[in-house]
This record gives sequence, C-alpha cells and structure tokens, in this order.
Amino acid sequence: MSGYWTGILTILSINVIMAYAIFLPVATGQLNLGGAGFQALGAYTAAFLSAVAGQSAWATIPAAMAVGGVVSMAIAFPLLRTRGVYLVLATFAFAEVVAGAILNTSELGGAMGLSVPEYLDYPVPIIAAILVTLFVFYLMATRFGLTMRACHDDDVVTDLLGVSIRGVRVAAFAIGGALAGLAGALYAHTFSFVEIQSFNASLSIYVLLYVLLGGTQSALGPLFGAAFFTLLPEVLRAVLPQVKGALAGLFGIQGALSPPDESWRFVILGVLTVLMMMYRSEGLITRTLIERLKPGRHPASATVEEASA
Amino acid sequence: MTQTTDRNILSLRNVSKRFGGLSVITDVSFDVPAGARMALIGPNGAGKTTIFNLISGFYQPNEGEILLESRAIQGIPSRKRIGLGVARSFQNIRLMPHLSVVENVMLGQQARAGGILDMLKPLSLFGRSAWHREAEQLLADMDLPTYPGEVVATLPYGVRKKIEVVRALAARPKLLLLDEPAAGLNAAETDNLTAFLKRISETGVTLLVVEHDMGLVRRLCDDAVVLNFGRKIYDGPTATVQDNPLVLEAYLGPRHASKDRQGAAHVA
Repeated sequence: MSGYWTGILTILSINVIMAYAIFLPVATGQLNLGGAGFQALGAYTAAFLSAVAGQSAWATIPAAMAVGGVVSMAIAFPLLRTRGVYLVLATFAFAEVVAGAILNTSELGGAMGLSVPEYLDYPVPIIAAILVTLFVFYLMATRFGLTMRACHDDDVVTDLLGVSIRGVRVAAFAIGGALAGLAGALYAHTFSFVEIQSFNASLSIYVLLYVLLGGTQSALGPLFGAAFFTLLPEVLRAVLPQVKGALAGLFGIQGALSPPDESWRFVILGVLTVLMMMYRSEGLITRTLIERLKPGRHPASATVEEASA
Repeated sequence: MTQTTDRNILSLRNVSKRFGGLSVITDVSFDVPAGARMALIGPNGAGKTTIFNLISGFYQPNEGEILLESRAIQGIPSRKRIGLGVARSFQNIRLMPHLSVVENVMLGQQARAGGILDMLKPLSLFGRSAWHREAEQLLADMDLPTYPGEVVATLPYGVRKKIEVVRALAARPKLLLLDEPAAGLNAAETDNLTAFLKRISETGVTLLVVEHDMGLVRRLCDDAVVLNFGRKIYDGPTATVQDNPLVLEAYLGPRHASKDRQGAAHVA
C-alpha cells in the first residue's frame, strides 16, 4: 500500500475512535466540544512516557487511556451540572485549559512539542479502531446503552423509571475520555511527534460534526460520519481538478485557473455540511432508516412514518 | 389510623404543597386500599397531577406524609420509588421516541435490574436476552404483539398510550398511577382501554386513576376522591359522587347553591 493510503487509513482510524469518544456523551444528551483537549491529554501522556520515561507502547497506550478516563470522570461531576449551550462552552473551555497548561509546561516541550521515539505503523490504529467500534456496538446493546439513549430522550422519565441519570452520564463521559486518550496515544505513536497546535478548536468541532452529522441514535452514525468527513476531502482532491478542467474546457478556457484551486474542496465540504444540517438534522443514520433497511419489512409501516413525520 | 394502614397500599396524611405563595394542595388526606381501583377526579387545576407528582417524588410536600405500605416515602428520591412499587404513566405520552417498543418496555424493567452485571449484559446482540423475551411476552399478554421492533414515534396515539402503561407494568409495581389514560382516545379505544386496565387490576395491581372521562371512571373505579382548588371535597363510592352538592358546585359552578339564589333575589 502506498504511503498516501496508509496515512489516510491511520487518520481515518484515529478519527473513528475520536468520533466514538464524543458519541458516548452525546448519546446521553451531553454535547462535548472538548474533544481536542481529551485527545491532547492522551497524546502527551503517551509522548511523555515514551520520550522521557522510555516506556513501550504497551504501557503508554493504557496509561493514556487511564489519564483520559480519570480526568474526564473527575471533571464530569462539576461539568455535567451545566446544561445545553453552557455545557458546550464548559467542555470547550476545558480543552483550552489543557492546551494552555501543556503550552506552559517545559517538561512536555511547551510550544516546541515532543518527539515520540516509538513508531507504530498503520495496522495498530486500524485494529484499535475496529476493536473500539465493536466495543461501542456491544455497549449500545446492553442495558447501560439503553439507559444512555433514554437519558438523551427524556431524563425526567428515565429518572422516574429508576435510572441514575448522573451515574449513566458520568460513566459515558469517562469512557469517552478514555477513548479520546486512546486516540491521542495512537496519534502520538503514528505521527512520531506531538505539538499542542494539532489539538486545536477546529479538531473539537470536526469531531463533534462527525457525530452530529453521522447521527447520534445508533453506533453506526459516528462510523459513517468520520468516514464521510475524512474521505470526502480526499475524494474531492482527486475529483475537483477533473471537474474544473471539464468546466473550463466547456467554456473554452485554457491554462491554469485560480480560483477554484485545490483548497476549494473545503468550501464544498462546508456547503455539504450546511445542506445536511438543513435536510437531515438528526444525522445521516437514524433509527427509522435502519428499521426501514432491515430485510422483510412490510412497506405499510413506512407510510405511517411519513404521515407522522 | 395506624391500624387501618396495613390494608392501605397508599395513604396521604395532611399533605400540602405550595409553589411560592400559591397553595396547590391543601391538607389532603386519603387512603388507597390494596387492590383497589380508585379515581382521583376534579376540575382542571384542582391539583390531581400535583398529587401524582408528589407520590412519584417529582415534588416534595411542604407538609404531611405520604405512606406506601405504612412507610413514609416523602424523603426517598424519585428514582428509588419505582423500586418500592410505585409506577406511573403521564398525561402527555412520555415514551422514548427514538427507542423501539420493546426497548421502552425493557427500560421499564430497570427498577428490577440493579446490579452492574445486569447493566453490562447485552439485551439483544446475538439473539434475545431473558429481559428481551420477557418484554415481548408482556406486550403479547397485553395484546400488543405486532409492534415490538417499531420505533415508538411512528405508532398511533392509542397504541402509544397502552405501551406507556405496559412500560410501567414492566417494573411489576404494586401501585400504578395513571394520569388521564383515556385523554385523546375515541369511544372504541376507551372501551378497549377500560378492559385493558381491568385486566391489569385483576393481576393484583392497585390502580389510582386521574381521569376526566366520567364514563370510564364509573365503569372502572369503585371509589373516587374529588379535589377542587387543592382541597379534598369528596371521598367515597363512585356511584354517589354525582349526588354530592360540593362536587356539583365544583363542576357546574355555584348556581346550585341556595346562598347564590338569595343573592340574586336581593339584587332583583
């Protein structure tokens, strides 16, 4: 496989794990815009243990997951007292605090970053992403997963049915933190270098977009969202010059053109994002879509659904 | 008073609830005998749903006691009360719209699934778990077998009303609080629901029903408590509730009271 494709598969795997890290709290009704902060915790834990303490990846990856999980559980208690847009701001602020702390810690390289001596090739993140995907599918099939989705739909009734809302939300947030730590550790070991600028606000926003646009009702959503948004820019990278050439040829224009140059694929990505929010606000993959695609479904139920929608 | 509570599953003792300066419930006491089908009726704003919210723990009373099987429960958090045997339905259906029918019913079983092992065992991954089969069986027993996999938001209103009752039943409650179960149903659906609730009652579950449909109340409930402006104005057999002057005044206005007629004569 070419370096280009292994690079894309590595990024895709890390993005899928990150999407699940954010999906778990979002599935309980808690928007988390601090993904980059949790990923940075894991990346720097792994980088520090590998570079300074000389630990192998067998130790650094679990340690990164533990740090991600423990820190998110600790901050979940005060953080989850806030709701809605305030929670979004609080998680966002948390990521900024993490970035500021790392930037001002010389042991972690400060603004210079840290190089990571142990390199892990692309099969490791791919296997990790597959395991995480299976784990989340399993989790969503348990009673814990059921109570997570119930908290999202109606927390008052879920409480009256005997569910500890706080327990479920803190647990989901902490497991998500551990997965973000894993994604960070894999990033550190596959890119061999960590610097805090890589864990910026747009990473947090992109990861939340994977989840919201992929769909939060099923574990399939984040998988599709991450794959779509990771691969679409690459597809556009290949397709856009040809489209441009064809259009230019149509108007009889010769030679180099600018714009639209290659960076316009991000404009197209943005337009597609807005269109999806307008026409499919519940995400690409919804429960009703899954039910409809199941084999042996009678078409009558689909009509009832259209009528009530 | 304390001797008789053994036969009562639920007793309210001088319960009052205020929101700021507004008294919503004032000094209300009544008993619900075990196995009874009792109605809680009154005009709009009389405080019926507030009583339900006090019993299910959504609100705390300012004064008074709520006894479940002689045990004061007003200090117990709402989420623990279903485990003590109190389940409820809601005035506007509050099923989880994105969950399937069976998943909603399995959520109702939550009060009986305490441990971490129960939380982490798959409900339906490779085949259906015991919880899943039990939920399907309960739906079948209640004549709702055709819908299990369906997402709730797509189902007709009357069916969703029944599913909400089945979800409450999945907790195996001793006392079931039903908040306007017949609201929004047509006559045929109401008949169907009455038979459905009678069957639930025959399994030994005590019913306390808030309802405006007096036809349903008369057919289903032997006894009724009537509230008006947060006070109890009647407590007795459903058969004689419409002969009570206080109840008539609450529903029809004060024109039946003789005092009012004198006032009218005076003005004339």
